[in-house]
Amino acid sequence: MARTLGRPEVGALVAAIAIFCFFYAIAPPFRTLPAIATVLYSSSTIGIVAVGVALLMIGGEFDLSAGVSVISAALAAAMITFQFSLNMWVGVIVSLVVALAIGFINGYLVMRTGIPSFLITLSTFFVLQGLNLGVTKLVTGTVATPNVSQLDGFGSAHAIFASDVNLGFATVKVTVLWWLLFVVVGTWLLLRTRTGNWITASGGNQASARAVGVPVPKVKIGLFMGVAFLAWFLGMHLLFNFNTVQSGLGVGNEFIYIIASVVGGALLTGGYGSAVGSALGAVIFGMTTQGIVYAGWDPNWFKTFLGVMLLMAVLVNLYVKNYAAGRK
Amino acid sequence: MRSTGRSLGSLVAVAAAAVTLAACSSQGGAQGGGGASGKSYTIAMVTHEAPGDTFWDKIRNGAEQAAKDHGITLKYSNDPDAGNQATLVQNAVSSKVDGIATTLPTPAAIGPAAQKAVQAGIPVVAFNAGKDAYKQYGAGMYFGSDEDLAGQTVGTKIVQQSPGGKTVCVIQEQGQVQLEGRCAGVKKTDPSSEVLYVNGRDLPSVQQTIGAKLQQDRSITDVVTLGADIALAAQKAVADSGSQAKIATFDLNADVAQQIQNGGINFSVDQQPYVQGYMAVTALWLNLTNGNDIGGGGPVLTGPSIVDQSNIGPIVAYTKNNTR
Repeated sequence: MARTLGRPEVGALVAAIAIFCFFYAIAPPFRTLPAIATVLYSSSTIGIVAVGVALLMIGGEFDLSAGVSVISAALAAAMITFQFSLNMWVGVIVSLVVALAIGFINGYLVMRTGIPSFLITLSTFFVLQGLNLGVTKLVTGTVATPNVSQLDGFGSAHAIFASDVNLGFATVKVTVLWWLLFVVVGTWLLLRTRTGNWITASGGNQASARAVGVPVPKVKIGLFMGVAFLAWFLGMHLLFNFNTVQSGLGVGNEFIYIIASVVGGALLTGGYGSAVGSALGAVIFGMTTQGIVYAGWDPNWFKTFLGVMLLMAVLVNLYVKNYAAGRK
Repeated sequence: MRSTGRSLGSLVAVAAAAVTLAACSSQGGAQGGGGASGKSYTIAMVTHEAPGDTFWDKIRNGAEQAAKDHGITLKYSNDPDAGNQATLVQNAVSSKVDGIATTLPTPAAIGPAAQKAVQAGIPVVAFNAGKDAYKQYGAGMYFGSDEDLAGQTVGTKIVQQSPGGKTVCVIQEQGQVQLEGRCAGVKKTDPSSEVLYVNGRDLPSVQQTIGAKLQQDRSITDVVTLGADIALAAQKAVADSGSQAKIATFDLNADVAQQIQNGGINFSVDQQPYVQGYMAVTALWLNLTNGNDIGGGGPVLTGPSIVDQSNIGPIVAYTKNNTR
């Protein structure tokens, strides 16, 4: 019992249930299945990248470029295929390579220079923002990509990244299923493999992790590339859902991923947290954002409600954690 | 065929140049005493563009075309933060440009910098934002849309089409004066309308939030969006939620134009950003070279121009050129 209560995500779980009950009670439209599907979709677009960000934070690093690299991946895929009239899947693969390269550069620079990842990825964040805009303008002559929905392979890519899936009782976006898969993989990696121990050790105390033979640079570069992979995945969803991408999007989302991880129990200092927690954090964020709309509250106060709900979620989280620690 | 045409063309050009050279008088004549006509002007354009937005790209395209047409050197700079934009205007004054075209989204912050330019003898033209404040800070002319009037036009058209309906007006940046002004205008002629705030930097969340609103209130018959990309996200949300709501939007892009032609989007109110950029630079040029003043002492309106299925035909091609 004490061991279960001591898990990082327990506080977030209690908070998520409390917020769910709250909106269930006050907002009648919230009780319908389509509403739950919308909330899950909303959570999944945050949660997919948040899984990677949570693992990275457990490994003791930040990635501020995650929000913008989502757009970089989508732009790369769209422009390469459209300009050369290629099959959509070529763009999907090439943009994956581009995204992984971004992740590798982030990780390599952090490990090589010893500069805090906060600063390295802040630089990448700015560089990518400029590249997104500058390259798109150079290639297409405008600041958005052309519509790619007529290209070969669009249909199959759309089916994988952006389709609706009928589960019998409700129709959900396919991103929800992918998100669950990524959470399961993340949890397995963290709790059941040697790599998971390495991640926690690297984030807890890098020097002693090194001393006992943990390949810290490999682990951390891998984590950055993991975030980049998930950012690429969301980028593909964006492209195949909207057929075109505007180059200025994505700014600010990096913080939402970090918030989801922290609300889900990850420590800002590293060494502690969970993949399931990041998913619960994403659910809390998605549920609150859409719940306020379902409740029909005065939209002028939207951000205030959001802030209060998040604060309450974190307080419940803290309370549960202290309670668990007290019982030990 | 093509290469023959080109070599023929260059032959003609060379011949013309030779004739021109030979015909030139080394002194005297109208050309020799020319005043401003030979001078090349430098004009600074300062906007509150958030980088990477197709709407602003059109303003800039218009400005660049005007600069090309009139042989002007255009210096474009932008910053969405009002304080930083004021600094950019100040920079233009310090670098002694010949004219300044600026937007005034937050007149109190950017106006004083524009006023300093006027005091330094640099003509200032306002465009896109600041219709009610531009005169106060000494700007000579204004080119832009009237947000309130545009909103009212949308409201009137919606009420005509679906009387007794319910409208939701989607604002992608809470607290932005121009966007709030548009929805306030809609509310004047369509009192049923209510505002919904979304995060315009995150399209999936825009789609999700509009979807949530449509699920929450099944009686919504019309969705008004304030940007072309937001309109396309709204269209997805309407389809997903099984709602019958029609979409009206501000601004155009190639996809929205296509959707208007196909009937997927009801209509668009265009404020013609290309014209705003083109006219702001051209007006400065006319003022510098010919002392002109456009607008008869009032603002020149570039919108609202309604685009719907009845007139979309030729416009589709212009949106692909990124000029409409």
